[in-house]
Amino acid sequence: MTMMAPALDVATLKADFPILSRTVRHGRRLVYLDSGATSQKPRQVLDAERAFYEQHNAAVHRGAHQLAEEATELYESARERIARFVGAEGAELVFTKNATESINLVAYAFSNVSAKAAQGVTPTDAERAFLLGPGDEVVVTEMEHHANLVPWQELCAKTGATLRWLGLTDDGRLDFSNLDSIITERTKVVAAVHQSNILGTINPLRLIATRADAVGALFVVDACQSVPHMPFDVWSTGADLVAWSGHKMLGPTGIGCLWGRPEVLDAMPPFITGGSMIEMVRMEGSTFAPPPTRFEAGVPMTAQAIGLGAAVDYLSAVGMSRVEAHEHHLTGLALDGLSSLPGVRVIGPPDNVDRGGAISFVVDGIHPHDVGQVLDDRGVAVRVGHHCAWPVVRRYGIAATTRATFYLYNDESDVEALVDAVAYAQNFFKVSS
Amino acid sequence: MNLESMYQEIILDHYKRPNGRGLRDPFDVEVHHVNPACGDEITLRVRLSSDGTGASVEDISYDGQGCSISQASASVMYDLLLGRTVRDDLAVLDEFAELMHGRGNVAPDEEVLGDAVAFAGVAKYPARVKCALLSWMAWKDAVSQSVNQSVNREGENVDD
Repeated sequence: MTMMAPALDVATLKADFPILSRTVRHGRRLVYLDSGATSQKPRQVLDAERAFYEQHNAAVHRGAHQLAEEATELYESARERIARFVGAEGAELVFTKNATESINLVAYAFSNVSAKAAQGVTPTDAERAFLLGPGDEVVVTEMEHHANLVPWQELCAKTGATLRWLGLTDDGRLDFSNLDSIITERTKVVAAVHQSNILGTINPLRLIATRADAVGALFVVDACQSVPHMPFDVWSTGADLVAWSGHKMLGPTGIGCLWGRPEVLDAMPPFITGGSMIEMVRMEGSTFAPPPTRFEAGVPMTAQAIGLGAAVDYLSAVGMSRVEAHEHHLTGLALDGLSSLPGVRVIGPPDNVDRGGAISFVVDGIHPHDVGQVLDDRGVAVRVGHHCAWPVVRRYGIAATTRATFYLYNDESDVEALVDAVAYAQNFFKVSS
Repeated sequence: MNLESMYQEIILDHYKRPNGRGLRDPFDVEVHHVNPACGDEITLRVRLSSDGTGASVEDISYDGQGCSISQASASVMYDLLLGRTVRDDLAVLDEFAELMHGRGNVAPDEEVLGDAVAFAGVAKYPARVKCALLSWMAWKDAVSQSVNQSVNREGENVDD
């Protein structure tokens, strides 16, 4: 018996999420199991955004007036709180549009240093870590979301570097048997997901970090599916850079985060350039501000940052250990319920160990799109398709999966509704159940 | 709106027993279309009798993977478009596309669309319209490539 945090009072939490009380498709209760795509937002987050616009709206880091001061204060206070939520300092946290942009920001640091070097611009000593060319290697994994795969493919295409990857085992885990021959002295950067958005697998980041560190490669982590769902400390991952999105953790869309070790951020050239991010501008050329400002060109997404600040306040008040325990409980129930149905197969770790609340499955004889349609008719909102991780479904010899994902506002009745609806789909399409 | 209106028996029958499925020779053009949103794919070949839009469609063969809607739609399309002129088929395709983009407000003409009228219910679900149109768009692409090839071969315009 392990010590359990007090269970979540889901009914009370649900009252904070207005959308969860609406009905869908002929008056059915909404059973929202698509938080892995985007989470719903509590009133506290919506209120924070509205209060900003109604009381304090101004362009941050500009203007000589009181509103500009207040807006800047709210924006920077949100940065501090979001940083603390992951064990970091505000100066180490860059705001982006989303995790995809965060990862592109890092890929473009390599691309920009390499492009300038090709033009004869000598990189600084610090920038050398971002110099990439033929003979160099970039390592990813086969379970990456497209956001942590395509930017690296493009980077390799631009620089002549080679893309390599860690493969998958049949039970949905990373295959580390050839870790030392994949990550080698030629490896300049390793990019890996913490929790797979499609398989639910939670990867042992320290294992990868140790190897990356041994060969002097930069280690980039996609934490989109972990920061929202478990206690997360950037320093304990062993990563150099960590990317995640705001909208999957109760925050608004249009805000993402990139955390970096201070010396790494400091060495990186800017991605998007323009106003705000400069130190000095002359007609002949410009110099750039220190991080995080260097990476935040233009008037930033202020209301979204403030909304995300309210989201981490909300999650902190609930307690991330309790969120994690709650989702772990629901995941176990769902794995049991789904595997009790003949003809239903979970794609990913079948046991509730080192896996989070993203459950992909296939139903014999019914295409996932049709499963999703029947579930939708029962009020159960899931995602179907390749989940922006096309190589994963290809690896398992299937075209697509149905995916249910859980969050703090789901309860046992939602899991029951899922399992019942899958059984109903089997009946509807007259396949075995 | 209910599930039965989308998954009409006709659609489920075509899904379980598709007509014309399997890739065949000879063919003029082969195309491969995907629905990037869900990963559904179709490989489709056409064989036209002679050059131009006055030509008739001698064979449509296809293979692919996808949901019941996309697979049944390919089978229905095969039945409807095979053995007629390209010009007539393009008119059927236009009518089908209009039905599918009609959000359920277009009354289908069974004289023209045959079994394809069963897809009227699908038009009410915007996310599924692409499924229903996947094979049709592949066919249109293949036929236009085939017609263009013959134009290039002949070095003259087709009779249209």
